[in-house]
Amino acid sequence: MGILAGKKVVVIGDRDGIPGQAIELCAKSAGAEVVFSSTECFV
Amino acid sequence: MKSIIKGAGYILVHTPDMVIHNGTTQTTERVVNPESEYLKELPEHIRSFEDTLSYYPNQVYIGNVTPDALAAVPQPWHDKKCPETSRFGQFGQIMPQEEFLLLMQACDVFDLVKLDAAFVAAHKAALAANPIMDETILARIGEGIEAAEVARLVAQEHSEGLYHNGALVGCVNRAHDIDVNLSAHVMHENLVSKASSVLALLSAVKNAGIEKDAVEYVIDCSEEACGDMNQRGGGNFAKSAAEIAGLNGATGSDTRGFCAGPAHAMVEAAALVASGAYKTVVVTAGGCTAKLGMNGKDHVKKGLPILEDMLGGFAVVVSEDDGVNPVIDLSILGRHTVGTGSAPQAVIGSLVTDPLARAGLKVTDVDKFSPEMQNPDITKPAGAGDVPLANYKMIAALAVKRGDIEKKDLAKFTEEHGLTGWAPTQGHIPSGVPYIGFARNDILAGSIKRVMIIGKGSLFLGRMTNLFDGVSFVIEANSGTAPAEAGVSEEEVKKLIAKAMREFAATLMGQAE
Repeated sequence: MGILAGKKVVVIGDRDGIPGQAIELCAKSAGAEVVFSSTECFV
Repeated sequence: MKSIIKGAGYILVHTPDMVIHNGTTQTTERVVNPESEYLKELPEHIRSFEDTLSYYPNQVYIGNVTPDALAAVPQPWHDKKCPETSRFGQFGQIMPQEEFLLLMQACDVFDLVKLDAAFVAAHKAALAANPIMDETILARIGEGIEAAEVARLVAQEHSEGLYHNGALVGCVNRAHDIDVNLSAHVMHENLVSKASSVLALLSAVKNAGIEKDAVEYVIDCSEEACGDMNQRGGGNFAKSAAEIAGLNGATGSDTRGFCAGPAHAMVEAAALVASGAYKTVVVTAGGCTAKLGMNGKDHVKKGLPILEDMLGGFAVVVSEDDGVNPVIDLSILGRHTVGTGSAPQAVIGSLVTDPLARAGLKVTDVDKFSPEMQNPDITKPAGAGDVPLANYKMIAALAVKRGDIEKKDLAKFTEEHGLTGWAPTQGHIPSGVPYIGFARNDILAGSIKRVMIIGKGSLFLGRMTNLFDGVSFVIEANSGTAPAEAGVSEEEVKKLIAKAMREFAATLMGQAE
């Protein structure tokens, strides 16, 4: 488990970078609790 | 039957007052923070029409400067002057706001757009002098009404104001008293989209060198929705724009998919032509008022001009194989499916490497990739990075993984197979399609053979799904083997001649005997 273990995490992904869902999966696999996850579009 | 790219039109409209009054960044700010420094500073950062003409990316968009020439100009571009400043280019034009407001009125068939009579009188001649305008459109422009009545409509009747140089010069009335789908705001947004689509349609048809009556189908792929309370997105922008553009032989429909809409529409157009359903299909889209000044806060904070002051529009004419024009190869389609996933590697894999692998092609067999062509001059100061470059890095990384290129050639790949973005951040407008005009030119000139157009869309913004979307297609040089007009191939002609010769010889032999 890494530094995210047991932490609450807010995820804001970028549609042209790393999407929220992908970050969410990574965070969860590192033991984090994802309390909010969204992907935004800036273009 | 193959389908080919017969021509394309690309237009921009300079709408500085719509930035202030209709861009959602600004309208939202006026609601949540009406006294903000941003709103106070904004007018000082608005560009003049002349400034937009000498802006490099705009000149690329209408075809006066090539993407290669743009790539050679060091960034940023907003502080440089392009030596080419014509408002007309090989693909279309940059229209000033005053002409566009008149065009909006011409595109309104429900008497909703009201212009100040003095404004009409002052600018009608300018629109009439625009070479793309015809008598039918000009005849639709009314005399206008009293300025006081315009002011009353805005103050008392919920009308959306139309401004020029900061002054109220007209308005768009609501089309229903209580239906929000027909509110003045929505009607304004939709009429802007329609009018800019009409301008793009006229440009594309002219550039393709075809008669208006040759167009049999129009697909609109913008991101607006028109309808009423009983059918919010009923449509049909395509047919309504075709009507004003004088495409009397056309029917049409709308295709939506956020920024991926144009790529979907192009595939649909190619398939409609290839199937024989329609001989000539035009894909079109107008611009989006909501996105004007979208990244304005960052631009103003950094002392830059408001660079998102242009509405964009495009139209592409797809037609039956003529043996000359570049072909849309429907056997190489990239598709982001429901099961693809959203990881960048999965997205680019589904759109680029998977379809190429299915066709037995390497990544390097594609001369140029055109993913989202957002102008980095706009996106970098706003923290969104260089979008095309990010796409090229991922394509190159997958090319290394497949063994198509060496790892040391990563940077060179972007240089050789990439493009520098030049399109305004108008959502669907930059999504792959801005390159089609140049691609057609370069393929016809023989300097390149194959390009891939990639459209990507943020479906999750509609809150119906968390899915991402994307579609890609390949345009390549025509092999020149189109069926002849009369339906007789070269092979058949040879057989006919051989048969005639045999019969002639038999006759001669018969006479000799």
